[in-house]
Amino acid sequence: MTQHDAQLRAEDRLDPMVQRQRGTVGRRRGRGGKRRRDEHQMVPDAVFTSYYGRPVVKASPWEADIPAYLFLGGLAAGSSLLGAGAGLTGRPVLRRAGRLSALGAISVSFAALVHDLGRPSRFVNMLRVAKPTSPMSVGTWILTAYGPLAGLAGAAELLVPAVDRLPGALRPPVRVLDRLASPAGIGAALVAPAVASYTAALLANTATPTWSAARKQLPFVFVGSASAASGGLGMLLAPVSEAGPARRLALGGALLELGAERAMEASMGVTAEPLHTGVGGNLMQASKALTSFGAAGSLLAGRSRLAAVVSGAALVAGSVCTRFGIFEAGQASARDPKYTVLPQRQRIERGETTGA
Amino acid sequence: MPSLSGPLPDPAADAGWESAQPRKGFFTDTSVCIGCKACEVACKEWNGVPDDGFNLLGSSYDNTGALSASTWRHVAFIEQARTPASNTVSLGMPSTVKPGESMSPESATDFRWLMSSDVCKHCTHAGCLDVCPTGSLFRTEFGTVVVQDDICNGCGYCVPACPFGVIDRRIGEQGQRGVGIAQKCTLCYDRLGAGKTPACAQACPTESIQFGDLDELRERAAARVEALHAQGVSEARLYGESPDDGVGGSGAFFLLLDEPEVYGLPPDPVVPTRDLPELWRHAALAAAGMLAGAVAAFLGGRR
Repeated sequence: MTQHDAQLRAEDRLDPMVQRQRGTVGRRRGRGGKRRRDEHQMVPDAVFTSYYGRPVVKASPWEADIPAYLFLGGLAAGSSLLGAGAGLTGRPVLRRAGRLSALGAISVSFAALVHDLGRPSRFVNMLRVAKPTSPMSVGTWILTAYGPLAGLAGAAELLVPAVDRLPGALRPPVRVLDRLASPAGIGAALVAPAVASYTAALLANTATPTWSAARKQLPFVFVGSASAASGGLGMLLAPVSEAGPARRLALGGALLELGAERAMEASMGVTAEPLHTGVGGNLMQASKALTSFGAAGSLLAGRSRLAAVVSGAALVAGSVCTRFGIFEAGQASARDPKYTVLPQRQRIERGETTGA
Repeated sequence: MPSLSGPLPDPAADAGWESAQPRKGFFTDTSVCIGCKACEVACKEWNGVPDDGFNLLGSSYDNTGALSASTWRHVAFIEQARTPASNTVSLGMPSTVKPGESMSPESATDFRWLMSSDVCKHCTHAGCLDVCPTGSLFRTEFGTVVVQDDICNGCGYCVPACPFGVIDRRIGEQGQRGVGIAQKCTLCYDRLGAGKTPACAQACPTESIQFGDLDELRERAAARVEALHAQGVSEARLYGESPDDGVGGSGAFFLLLDEPEVYGLPPDPVVPTRDLPELWRHAALAAAGMLAGAVAAFLGGRR
């Protein structure tokens, strides 16, 4: 009798009530989380105990608003960088595309962030305190600095070209706006990288197993994803002749995202599983395919407008999938006690801690 | 900046209280819990906590489920059947075998019922409090952690930040009390201020829930574990008592008779904020990398 058979027998002897409280972890093979059991080749199941299979930690109460914001915040950040750079290097169409994308994305972000609150009317309470221990508080202040700057630069792109059609009384303020646009855009670009990266700290600073275990690489995945998305959008909106920096930002971002994501999964142990199974797994698979395709396409995008549009759109869609995929994987990891109990039990068994 | 992890003798003073009271807490001795749920009822009555659904969950006598925004005390019921040691003699006691079926020696079981009243741990380093972006969650002069209902805007960040899955956002009709905001045990902050015992401890008929100064509770708990070990209950152990654990020790700690995960408790809870300084360094490095990448994208090409 092999050790595994003995274990199965032992499990059989357990009362059904006890069995119900136990979960088993097998090695998952194949795609889409389908589980193929091969009793003889399989490593013995790691047994963990839970209370009627119920979650130990709570999944965040956040809905689609939050992953949508993760994407849009990143898109705004990268677009501000492209807009400012394009302004300084004489690329007017890319500048306009960058500033307007940033304005649009950050406006929808604010709406999503307020909508997600349990008491939206109290959103200003975020400004009562500044707490370095709360990534959400830090993020609030980053957005408070970034939003108006990106807003000024974007508003200038909207209003300055139309200045002659405006009523006379509005023309002087628009001319002031025109002069402010460039410094505001550069200011926004300097704050923008923080907008793109703090959201990784926001997710990782939780007890949600998959987010917490990703903490070393997640900021790099997120800034990579933000760069890929904004570069992709720049490729979509600006002519090939101006979009060189967008292509390079997109390619660099996509490679950073793919590489950091790979390293992240390798370091996460069992908590990487939700990145391969269920909704989160499907989204991450789509994200990798779209981002890889977009990165490859960006190499041709300097010669073909069609290639620029297709690969740009793929990169934007890839970033959406990355954000929703990581969000959903984290939520799934919180709902299954396995991902909370097993890594903690393993820490104790390895002697790294004595537990509580 | 206040300390983020590790032992901390006085969390109230660390939070800035100049006239801190002795730290208050709960010692829940599950070895004498009889599963009456008087604590659940008393808590709801005193704190005006609404019902959490009238469901039959099929988990022994536990039809409450888990701690939540509308469940601040939760009594867990675990039915355990274990193969008895070979040298035991059947006393013909009532068994769990269905009428008409005989009990073979192999299927003969010892049966025990574990009951435990769970509650907010009022951690020394509280994840919920650390991440609250409005300052709604605060450390009281008693060293406990409380939500200010009139400040919380329901951002929900405290919910995934709690390593014990305690705090939650209340669901219900907008405008009803507490709906849309984070809710959890206050250790009856109002009663403490009036020098009274929290409602659950007051109602507990077996003194399974003991309230008092944390220092004294720890002494009592150590003595109780020693007594149980002397009686042969070798599986008795304290949970959440040690200031060296991942949350710096809990204000509400437990005496358990099995591994914590059997009761739905995490075996090695860690406050997420312990790793935040490292996380901020990574985030800053990533941001700097993005800025450098964008500069390179403009400088590095022909077009």
